[in-house]
Amino acid sequence: MSGTTGMTRTTRLVILLAAVLLLGTVGAGTVLHAAHRSGLRDQQQADGPAVRTGTVSLLPSGGRRLLVRNLAWGPHRDEIATVPADRPQGPRTASGVTCLRFHAAAGTGICLQAVHGALQDSYRAVVLDAHLRERHRFAASGIPTRARVSPSGHLVAWTVFVSGDSYAGTDFSTRTAVVDTRTWAVEDNLETFHVVKDGRPYQAADINVWGVTFADDTRFYATLATGGRTYLVRGDLTTRTLTTVHRNVECPSLSPDGRRVAYKKRVEGASPDAPWRLYVLDLRTGKETATAERRSVDDQALWADGSTLVYALPGDYGSDLWSVPAAGTGAPRPLMASAVAPAYLG
Amino acid sequence: MYLADSRGAAAAVAPDPGPGRRPAAVPATVLALGAVSLVTDVSSEMVTAVLPLYVITGLGLSPLGFGLLDGINNGVGALVRLAGGHLADRGGRRHKAVAGLGYGLSAVCKPLLLLAHSLPAISAVLAADRTGKGLRTAPRDAMISLATAPGQRGRAFGVHRAMDTTGALLGPLAAFAVLRATVDGYDAVFAVSGCVAALGVVVLVLFVPRHVTSVTSATAARPPGPERPTVRDALGLLRRPRLRRLTACAGLLGLTTVSDSFLYLLLQRDGDLPAHLFPLLPLGTAAVFLTLAVPLGVLADRVSRRRLFLAGHGVLLAGYGLVLSPWHGVPAVIAVLVLHGAFYAATDGVLAAATAGAVPAQHQGAGQALVGTGQALARFVCSLSFGAAWNLWGPRTALALTAAALAVSAVAAAFVLRGPEEAPV
Repeated sequence: MSGTTGMTRTTRLVILLAAVLLLGTVGAGTVLHAAHRSGLRDQQQADGPAVRTGTVSLLPSGGRRLLVRNLAWGPHRDEIATVPADRPQGPRTASGVTCLRFHAAAGTGICLQAVHGALQDSYRAVVLDAHLRERHRFAASGIPTRARVSPSGHLVAWTVFVSGDSYAGTDFSTRTAVVDTRTWAVEDNLETFHVVKDGRPYQAADINVWGVTFADDTRFYATLATGGRTYLVRGDLTTRTLTTVHRNVECPSLSPDGRRVAYKKRVEGASPDAPWRLYVLDLRTGKETATAERRSVDDQALWADGSTLVYALPGDYGSDLWSVPAAGTGAPRPLMASAVAPAYLG
Repeated sequence: MYLADSRGAAAAVAPDPGPGRRPAAVPATVLALGAVSLVTDVSSEMVTAVLPLYVITGLGLSPLGFGLLDGINNGVGALVRLAGGHLADRGGRRHKAVAGLGYGLSAVCKPLLLLAHSLPAISAVLAADRTGKGLRTAPRDAMISLATAPGQRGRAFGVHRAMDTTGALLGPLAAFAVLRATVDGYDAVFAVSGCVAALGVVVLVLFVPRHVTSVTSATAARPPGPERPTVRDALGLLRRPRLRRLTACAGLLGLTTVSDSFLYLLLQRDGDLPAHLFPLLPLGTAAVFLTLAVPLGVLADRVSRRRLFLAGHGVLLAGYGLVLSPWHGVPAVIAVLVLHGAFYAATDGVLAAATAGAVPAQHQGAGQALVGTGQALARFVCSLSFGAAWNLWGPRTALALTAAALAVSAVAAAFVLRGPEEAPV
């Protein structure tokens, strides 16, 4: 190559070396800074809740308990921790089991974990027994977002995000799996179920299913998205069907009496950053009730009892748990700071 | 940073070798552009690899529906590519300047991601990043064409594409190394990615000549002073029968080329592929593309670029056939990925090399942009219609129809592209 930039090869190599050194220093500086910052997260948070190591069991015991993924800074960050249900702000007992998402019912737990590899992160869904020991593990194909156990403890479901391979990686879809813990039979991808939309059989390449909530050991509800719309679907594991029952419903959560569904509704006029409000749908009448929570909720809500919803909102240490009456009355109350993925036991 | 160039610097980049000397395998300019692409792809794939994780776990956002703007981005990207190609040809070959603008824009976008905390803001940054990619693609391919002797262009584009794909494979490794060192330090990943992208711009500025002059016309008598092709001249390119036929065939075959994401979705649904292997599918295609890009580029120089381009689509057709066949399981999936990667190796750089031979030197930018844009738009139309066919008739019927259309298109393209391969530039 002739010297079309007017410099000798040596000059160019010297400039290149200088650029590599300069840019390398900047890059290394940001990496060191970030590594230092992440080190701080392992130190006990001064104003945070007391967290101590202990035994966490899913068996019925003294009183009602709330299990969460603990987000408070310190050595037990990201571990499943428990508090008495009536003292959620009190000291937490950490289990030593780390999960991104978690849910439990009737002595069965589902824990979605990240496995850090050299090339990329992989993920797995681990079914836990009542002592939080691993019973079975499944490879998951993407980033965990939702997890649920059926009221009987027999079925578990989880949803992960899978991203496309396009240049800017903006092509997201979901995969939802259901496992029967009695037989370990796996439904790997609910998108392959027969879809009945508005009374007619329906197929499309853009179908996504997420956010399972179980009614019993065969029936469940979930979100189905296609053509830019979302639907509440009723699912049946025996007939492998999904039937649409209502529009504009995401992340449904079935009430203990099976008659209502709490969900995220995309409301008109909301900012694209914060498009959802927490609603409750009466399955019999189809009546929608807005809860008193006016902020955008991006979570699959949990029924604390027949009349109270618990959900996560962004907080100082990732997220905090809040509660609000399901009837649309009252006001949202802070329930527990630095926590996500709640489950009530007992 | 822009370095002044010396006087009268429009020298030939790869001078014709004297008698008895073997020509340099690949001109230095091509290697420099390959290095720029490699470094830039490390940078952009670093971001691509962690972006889903950042959006979901770092920002706690639900990204569904995020891809809705893809259609608009594709349309804008196509226009930007045409503009980039044309602007690069104007003003006495501003290929390096326009390409530098594109690389620079994408580099600036990486640190901007540190400031974007909502999906609309992230979408805007990604759109700007893509604009940079659209802007640089045609001038870069024009410089590769101009710097290389016509008989070596298949090899040159093969080397460039292999280097480019190497960067794409290294990017995720670098990103996760940073993420490991920092425990979820996404800001560090974006900052390092920005530094790597800046290094790509530095390599471009330092090692790519400001004026890449055609190796064939440099020795011949040329009118003095820069030529300034107008928009009219650029559009007039389509009056050239060889370029018109090539654009038509690239478009026609693009209409029957199912997008990677659809193909991978089909493989996962029908291939009995365990869900956790799904993220490895693009890596498989890329690895085969990387391995075969140079040998197939050399082969294209020997036999005929257009013939290899058509043969590549035959390989794709075989891939479709394999997906539709009753052979399932991991070995079948690997076979499909080998065919898919071979298809890219036989068509991607080879089409650019064939285009180079059908366009005069002063229109290389516009010519590359025209053919590339035609192909990209056709593939976008294919995605839309494939999605619609899937909705109506299901995935397998949609693929069978596409395969039939591909077979017909390939026969038609073979008919249109017959005749002499290259003409003097």
